[in-house]
Amino acid sequence: MSVVSVRDLRVYYGTPHGPVRAVDGVSLEIQEGETLGLVGESGCGKSTLGRGILGLLPEGAAADGEVVYGGRNLVTLAPRELRELRGPDLGLIFQEPMTRLNPLLRIDDHFAETLKRHEPGIGDAEARRRSLDVLGKMGIPPTRFRQYPHEFSGGMRQRIMIALALVLRPKLLIADEPTTALDVIVEAQILGILADLKAGFGTALLLITHNLGIIAESCDRVAVMYAGKLVEEGPARDVFAEPAHPYTRELLESTISLATTALHSIPGAPPNLLEPPSGCRFHPRCPDAMRVCVEREPVELRLDGDRRVECWLHGPEDQVSDEGRRELVREEIAIADEA
Amino acid sequence: MQTRPEAPPAEAPAPLVSIHGLKTYYTIRGSYVDRLVGREAGLVKAVDDVSLDLRKGEVLGLVGESGSGKTTLGRTLLGLVSATAGSVVFEGHDITKLRERELRKLRRRMQIVFQDPHASLNPAMTIGESVGDPLRIQGITRSRADIRSRVAEVLERVGLAPAEQFMEKYPGDLSGGQKQRAVIARALILAPVLLVADEPVSMLDMSVRAKILELLLDLKRDFDLTYLYITHDLATAKFFCDRIAIMYLGRIVEIGPSHEIYENPKHPYTQALLRAIPEPDPRRSVPRDLPRGEVPDAARPPLGCSFHPRCPRAFAVCGWEARDLRELLEARWAQAGEERYEAERALVGDLAVLETSATLVRIPGGRGHDAGELLTMLESVRAEDPEEPFWRGVRRLEAGHDHVEIEFHESRAPRPLPLGEVEVECHLYDPDVAAT
Repeated sequence: MSVVSVRDLRVYYGTPHGPVRAVDGVSLEIQEGETLGLVGESGCGKSTLGRGILGLLPEGAAADGEVVYGGRNLVTLAPRELRELRGPDLGLIFQEPMTRLNPLLRIDDHFAETLKRHEPGIGDAEARRRSLDVLGKMGIPPTRFRQYPHEFSGGMRQRIMIALALVLRPKLLIADEPTTALDVIVEAQILGILADLKAGFGTALLLITHNLGIIAESCDRVAVMYAGKLVEEGPARDVFAEPAHPYTRELLESTISLATTALHSIPGAPPNLLEPPSGCRFHPRCPDAMRVCVEREPVELRLDGDRRVECWLHGPEDQVSDEGRRELVREEIAIADEA
Repeated sequence: MQTRPEAPPAEAPAPLVSIHGLKTYYTIRGSYVDRLVGREAGLVKAVDDVSLDLRKGEVLGLVGESGSGKTTLGRTLLGLVSATAGSVVFEGHDITKLRERELRKLRRRMQIVFQDPHASLNPAMTIGESVGDPLRIQGITRSRADIRSRVAEVLERVGLAPAEQFMEKYPGDLSGGQKQRAVIARALILAPVLLVADEPVSMLDMSVRAKILELLLDLKRDFDLTYLYITHDLATAKFFCDRIAIMYLGRIVEIGPSHEIYENPKHPYTQALLRAIPEPDPRRSVPRDLPRGEVPDAARPPLGCSFHPRCPRAFAVCGWEARDLRELLEARWAQAGEERYEAERALVGDLAVLETSATLVRIPGGRGHDAGELLTMLESVRAEDPEEPFWRGVRRLEAGHDHVEIEFHESRAPRPLPLGEVEVECHLYDPDVAAT
């Protein structure tokens, strides 16, 4: 069963030069207890999508479309109602744990305050029991319950943040680059904890990251985002084994890991979302681009095995003429535009 | 670019930089109260007795987690941070003994590229001004035309072409990768022989990292450069480095040729770092057999081998101490549930006695409890997980009339051991220790 269902979500930022289409018609579903990885280069709109789902948008941003949670459309919900859902239903973990904890409050006060705000009837003993339980699962011992945030290391603070989100038992947790500021070993520890969420809490997780290695190791499904659009989505195993979209393939090849034998990079840079390229937004960088890719936006295609892709290479056959299938002739991309 | 005389051919190339017994300590000021009562200030041994050679023309990777001292080592090597002891000999000069004036001259020959390209460029200066600035500062030339032509040449070389176009731009107009290219251009304009690159790609997108690494490799070949590549990322280092030095809490725990480090890692810490790197292979799941905890506070480093509290293979002499028992109990209590925690915690009279690195400690029994109960509890902790490395360090555990006394084996500090092509600092490979 899907916990949240996003349909044709658009999030635009107003600028003096016109709207920046950070999220431009994205649809996705997150199932109960599942981990969905959302991956893309910086500036592709993945953080905006994560925040857009929770209705956490900055001034000057406007959202349109549907985010259906519990039968209600969060996009049109009043701010007050949305605030009530955030925490007990929808949780968020940020990249920088230090900036999210109040330096003047002890850890136990953080938990008491969170629990009492969302569950006013909860008693002190119950609040304490639940806090210690979830902190323990994150590896924070009860002996440190009365300490202040500065007494903890970066990794521990991130564990505390996760515990603080989980203590309300949210149905959906959105984690935006939760390990980017951490060292590799601690990163792997935290990813292990997040992987255990499924078993322990049944929480669905949207994991936003630029690191495909993290997606591969901890996600059931993966959604690949480029220039405000989802270009491919499917079970992580299948997408990694056989990427359908050239962007996914290029992104995988450019990931430097221990198994890397040759350096690879994607020509060009992600486009400016004020004036995105015509047709398929990836066409200026795509090694497989055809003529049709410049002219028309690709349509979403369902592939076998619960996969979908937006790329003319996969058809539909009847919508692409022979002329459209011819290779795109274009100018070389200057090196300077690449990096 | 200036040309340099070729080094005379030799069997083993002479080291470009020779670091010997280098120590860089920072004193940390305690709290206001500490100072009032005259309590001693803390000391962080950021670099703690490091010796290594940087060979001419090589790329040496200095790899470690945050707090390992890798950045401090890089900065000490450039004279940006003053050394506490030891020497750094570069082209016949001991950097640690030079005055600022002399250092500044030498800096033409040794440059640094920082992690954050956004913070490395002055936002109010054009790219042309920033890149040409070192020429002015070093007094190499004051002619505008000369500066301009040198800037153009180096910008073209790092891929910012046409240079005329980029010279007039401000950092804000450039992407992250382009900014890092400009930072590299600024480092190269003085024709250095040594480049310290401190995490040059870690703030860049995956799709750009390869390009910057390739550029650095091209430049190294064309200009005969030597690199010290400082990173936390063993995956990029594998591709980039000829040799790797692994740092942990101020010390080099393993150093050797890249292929040896990756194919046959010796130190348990190196092994753990390699296991932790996420691979874009969905058949792999998150590794579980990782060292617990995090890099400890460098102001209070563990006894013996700094890695021992996290090491799965630690044994008797690795440096077990009172603090390790506290960690063990706390890890247990985190999982135990509130009732069991309360019950066991009540048996321990004072947890603070375990806040030291003592190797003989008396733990008072809890109020209203017999010390025997505490001993029974500790014995049952051991019985539940006898393989836990901590217990290998316990020589004696017995109850007194109101306390439990615990004595640990005497610790030994590991020393660098040559092992084929690598050098590793770990008791597992020390025949003298193994014999005891």
